[in-house]
Amino acid sequence: MILYAYLILLLPLLAFVVQMFFGKRLPRQGDFVSVAAVLLTLALSMAMMGMMFLLFDSGFSLEHRMPWIDIGNFQVSVGVFLDNVTIIMLMVVAVISSLVHIYSIGYMEGDPGYWRYFGYLSLFTFAMNGVVLASSFFTIFIFWELVGLSSYLLIGFWYKKDSASNAGKKAFLVNRIGDVGMLIGIMLVWSVIGSFNFQEIFQSAEAGTLRGSTLTIAGVMIFCGAIGKSAQFPLHVWLPDAMEGPTPVSALIHAATMVAAGVYMTVRIFPMLTADAQLVIAYVGGFTAMFAAIIAITQNDIKRVLAYSTVSQLGYMIMALGVGHYVAGFFHLVTHASFKALLFLGSGSVIHAMHHGLHKEGDHETDPQDMRNMGGLRHKMPVTFVTFLVATLAISGVPFTSGFVSKDAILAGSLAYALAHPSHFLLPVFGFGAAIFTAFYMFRQVFMTFYGEPALPEVHRHAEESPQVMTVPMGILAVLSIYIFYVLPSLNPFGAEGWFTMLVTKPMTVAGAHTAEVAEHFAHLLHNTHLPAMILSLVMAFTGIVLSYLFYLRKTLKADRWADAISPLYRLSFNKFYMDEIYNNGLVRPFLNVCRAIAVFDMDWYDKVIIDGFAYVTRGISRISRWIDDYVVDGFLVNGLGRIVLWAGALVRLFQTGRLQNYLLIMLFGVILIFAFVVF
Amino acid sequence: MNHLEVYLLVGAVLFVLGLFAVITRKNAIAVLMGVELILNAANINFVAFSRFSSTSLDGHIFAIFVIIMAAAEAAVALAIVLNIYNNLKTVNVDEASSLRG
Repeated sequence: MILYAYLILLLPLLAFVVQMFFGKRLPRQGDFVSVAAVLLTLALSMAMMGMMFLLFDSGFSLEHRMPWIDIGNFQVSVGVFLDNVTIIMLMVVAVISSLVHIYSIGYMEGDPGYWRYFGYLSLFTFAMNGVVLASSFFTIFIFWELVGLSSYLLIGFWYKKDSASNAGKKAFLVNRIGDVGMLIGIMLVWSVIGSFNFQEIFQSAEAGTLRGSTLTIAGVMIFCGAIGKSAQFPLHVWLPDAMEGPTPVSALIHAATMVAAGVYMTVRIFPMLTADAQLVIAYVGGFTAMFAAIIAITQNDIKRVLAYSTVSQLGYMIMALGVGHYVAGFFHLVTHASFKALLFLGSGSVIHAMHHGLHKEGDHETDPQDMRNMGGLRHKMPVTFVTFLVATLAISGVPFTSGFVSKDAILAGSLAYALAHPSHFLLPVFGFGAAIFTAFYMFRQVFMTFYGEPALPEVHRHAEESPQVMTVPMGILAVLSIYIFYVLPSLNPFGAEGWFTMLVTKPMTVAGAHTAEVAEHFAHLLHNTHLPAMILSLVMAFTGIVLSYLFYLRKTLKADRWADAISPLYRLSFNKFYMDEIYNNGLVRPFLNVCRAIAVFDMDWYDKVIIDGFAYVTRGISRISRWIDDYVVDGFLVNGLGRIVLWAGALVRLFQTGRLQNYLLIMLFGVILIFAFVVF
Repeated sequence: MNHLEVYLLVGAVLFVLGLFAVITRKNAIAVLMGVELILNAANINFVAFSRFSSTSLDGHIFAIFVIIMAAAEAAVALAIVLNIYNNLKTVNVDEASSLRG
């Protein structure tokens, strides 16, 4: 199994390397390399899934470690950690990733960066598998950043478009804020325990080396990473902008897998979260769920609605983990991955058709993603419509869908938590409120896109169903949105009890957050709240759908008039609570102003006075030095010596006549002189 | 007349005459003749010293060697002079300066 895990990790990396170096020259620009690699990981994940079912042990875990850095006392090992959560997550990544790869063959056809696109997709798959398999904070952080990098590359894939490259930068920078927090948390844990390995940290924390407020701070700090990656309030601003990337990328990275990495990481560190840390997490998640759902209601861009919906659903998962309903949080991650990826692929299919239609009309001004330009597409694109509808039902929480079971479990968890701690009654309010808004905005989207009269009839005429390479993955995802795959062997559509809840169990906490009695009390409350939560959530979903029907299909309620009636609220929602403006005016602009002031200081003061002053002094010294060099060294020593040699040479030259007779004469005088010396 | 000084005097006069010829003459043949005079002055000295101060015949033998060598030298030198004349149409040693730098 360890071998499988390493293969799953490294195959996409291999594909990435091949694609980057040779992709452009391979036939079909090498898309088959990436697709083959991801299909192999899918096969391996399935094999691992099969082994997990054969074992059927909720306590299964396996770790492989090898030393990596070993300097004195500082030792880091890398390796993989496998348990049921890992295997299920690997399966999710492999399935979504494979389907998106296949879908992309159709969607990205003819793009000048086709080979690059598949290379990046492989890099992402590699990084994501790395996050899933990581056994220590050290490795998870490395892959965490790699995921961020590949996300940046894919958001800015159409880098010639300003908005796309800006969105990429924004995503990268906003994520960085969360990652700094995560790094601080990791270092805090390391400074106390001296290890990065999850299991060692849990053991050590259980023994009591890390406890109390330090552990709370460490947990919240590490969770900051999840706030960034999973786009939770207040760092959610990057995700809607990330929709500038190609739509399959949005489906894979910004809906199903990467943004779920934050939730997955929180799942991983769940045992070390204290009660206080969990409370913070619950409020962040609950607030985000509500907040993003409100924004999603008024957006008109088909992908932006889905982006805010993703933020909201991620808030659900985070809230579930916060209230201590571990299984529900992870369960919603898994179910959400398939139906949200499907929603994105469906929207991609619609955009594809709209784009095609607009292109035929020679219209390059109209936005193919604006839902106000769509309408009546259900006859033109039956497969897209049906699959999109299935996913919408799932996310709205309609029975017999996967979303219903998982969302219901989360809502029950929040209700149970509120019963146990009545002062935190806001959490279920957030949860149920978000549920009604979710149903409302999702059906608004369906009605605006697929029902009613076409807004642009001539474009509508050209619109047609996407090719099979795109519709088949959508069909598969639609099938996976049915509840039955997640609750087998039970067939009860109203309960989450099945293989999933049997295999994934809440880990024993090491942080003292839940004693056995608290856990039992919570389980008891959960049992009691299951039915009321389900009835309430059904009512919420139904209300949302009916409202949406009245507003956007029957039009008995006029959306415009209502928007005017609650105009301040409407504007708040439409402008995303001015979060971007707040960040721009409150953070980015002051920061730029400070930078500019420093730049002025740098230019006018530092440069002119200090740097130029030094230069002036240096120039003066150089001038003196040059004078010495010119006149003393060169003029006197070097040239002087030369002149002496020249002069001596001229003198000696006189003797060198070249006449042997002269030489003989001189010799004769010489001999006479010597003779005279010897004799006298 | 049977004194060493007489012979040495003759040798010295001959040497000085030869040297004078070598130093002053422009004609290559005359220079060669001066060289011969110097050699023969040396020969007289060899023989004289051998006669008055030694029982062996070393000086005589050496004189004969010098005569042989002088003959060979004269042959080579005259050949060179002939060649100079053929090429430069002169035997003036000052004008044979084509090898000068």
